[in-house]
Amino acid sequence: MTCSARRTRRMLQVTGAGAAALLALSACSSSDSAGKSESGASGSSSDKLSGEVTVFAAASLKESFTTLKKEFEKEHPGTKVTFSFGGSDSLAAGITSGAPADVFAAASPKTMKTVTDKGDAVGEPATFIRNQLEIATLPGNPDKVSSLKDLTKSGRKVVLCDKTVPCGSAAQKALGASHLELTPVSYEQDVKSALNKVVLKEADAAVVYKTDVKAAGDKVEGVEFPESAKAINDYPIARLKNAKNPDAAKAFIALVRSDKGQRVLNQAGFLKP
Amino acid sequence: MTPPDKTGAAADPRTSGPRRRRARGGAPLPLLLPALIGLAFLVLPLVALLIRAPWRSIPELLTSPEVWQALKLSLICATAATAVSLVIGVPLAWLLARVEFPGRGFVRALVTLPLVLPPVVGGVALLMALGRNGVLGQWLDATFGITLPFTTAGVVLAEAFVAMPFLVISVEGTLRAADPRYEEAATTLGASRFTAFRRVTLPLIAPGIAAGAVLAWARALGEFGATITFAGNFPDRTQTMPLAVYLALQNDPDAAIALSLVLLAVSIAVLAGLRDRWMTAS
Repeated sequence: MTCSARRTRRMLQVTGAGAAALLALSACSSSDSAGKSESGASGSSSDKLSGEVTVFAAASLKESFTTLKKEFEKEHPGTKVTFSFGGSDSLAAGITSGAPADVFAAASPKTMKTVTDKGDAVGEPATFIRNQLEIATLPGNPDKVSSLKDLTKSGRKVVLCDKTVPCGSAAQKALGASHLELTPVSYEQDVKSALNKVVLKEADAAVVYKTDVKAAGDKVEGVEFPESAKAINDYPIARLKNAKNPDAAKAFIALVRSDKGQRVLNQAGFLKP
Repeated sequence: MTPPDKTGAAADPRTSGPRRRRARGGAPLPLLLPALIGLAFLVLPLVALLIRAPWRSIPELLTSPEVWQALKLSLICATAATAVSLVIGVPLAWLLARVEFPGRGFVRALVTLPLVLPPVVGGVALLMALGRNGVLGQWLDATFGITLPFTTAGVVLAEAFVAMPFLVISVEGTLRAADPRYEEAATTLGASRFTAFRRVTLPLIAPGIAAGAVLAWARALGEFGATITFAGNFPDRTQTMPLAVYLALQNDPDAAIALSLVLLAVSIAVLAGLRDRWMTAS
């Protein structure tokens, strides 16, 4: 064949290699970005706090912790709080495999335990708030959901959190306590994804936390159910062993547990410990 | 795994001719060193997966019904997504390669967009279009009572959305390289343009289609972001292997490693099985 034919063939092969490279790139871009921040400052021993403090926190804490971050940075100029919000289990898995974090706030003692069992936390984790489940329905509650049992009716699209995530195991506990069988359309990877399926009107209802319903405003309507009292989650918080900024970490935990911090959390719908 | 570049050049007897001799003195260090680092970078994580694999408990982990459910679903959905991509992707590639129309470059850019788009964004976009409340989905629901999210069909759509551009790019490239005079000859001899496409063009570009289909299938098999966003996660319905790996990683890393090994083995088996037959023929 001619030289030009060979060239086009060569180009084709290059295109193929490029496509393969893209394949590899796009395949990994879907993973979440836990632990992308690298704390630049070393924890100096002076009283003045500075530098970055990285907080891994359960997805349900997003709104209130973001408020507390502003408070913290105002109180301690020169500091910067960086968050990674996600399902408590994936955050815990990140921490035990070495993700750089200073503070871990989990949505259940069980997920915190995976971190303390590996010796990655300093001291005993403290329960700083508790959270109760609630049903999130479409605005105006068109299906007239009034109890957990209403969700088990056939044809109703309900999403739950996956059993590995605290909100999912709490939902299973509540269902078990009331002897109900519920087949959802999906087990979502964290509480915010479950909620968003209702916000986007793809699902009719989701079992999420009270705080998530509150945070979503008028995009969903909350329905309380008595069984949720049997599945209240304790939220523990702990400083991590590999903290790059232990002083700032201590200060952040102190703020969360202070009266001011508790006020912010209560406003978001969390219960006192 | 194997660079298609090397195998392609070596296996084609028509073009190889006298092979160029290697540069004297081997590869220069400024090229060799980064090349080796590049190789290690790609291979090391996979080797680490093998080293850290909980070999003793693997038989037990892999015989659970959940794993087979997820694997079966993954294979079915990836194959269906490839079929969808073939049916609508090959004609699209032909359109881009053979028909002159204004804004062709722009259309080609649009087609390749899902390649560079984060898959999660693709999933959200699919929800906006085909969700129960979506632009098109609203109408589908009202007219036919079809809702796609949370269904296996939704998984196929999400995977096809992400994987089809690979097929289109590959087929379009092959079409451009193929000599259009064969088709012209066929049409001057009385064949319609569609007959010429079916009887002349298709056999001519079959290797390119096959290579593109393999790429698309592999991409569909590994799809995570668009799937979990658009189709959710429910065992035996929408929980494919990548979703099972991700959720297993949260409470049982050993199971996640075992599942990853299965996916790795399937990918290697497919690439190895098809490489000799298809990849080198282009």
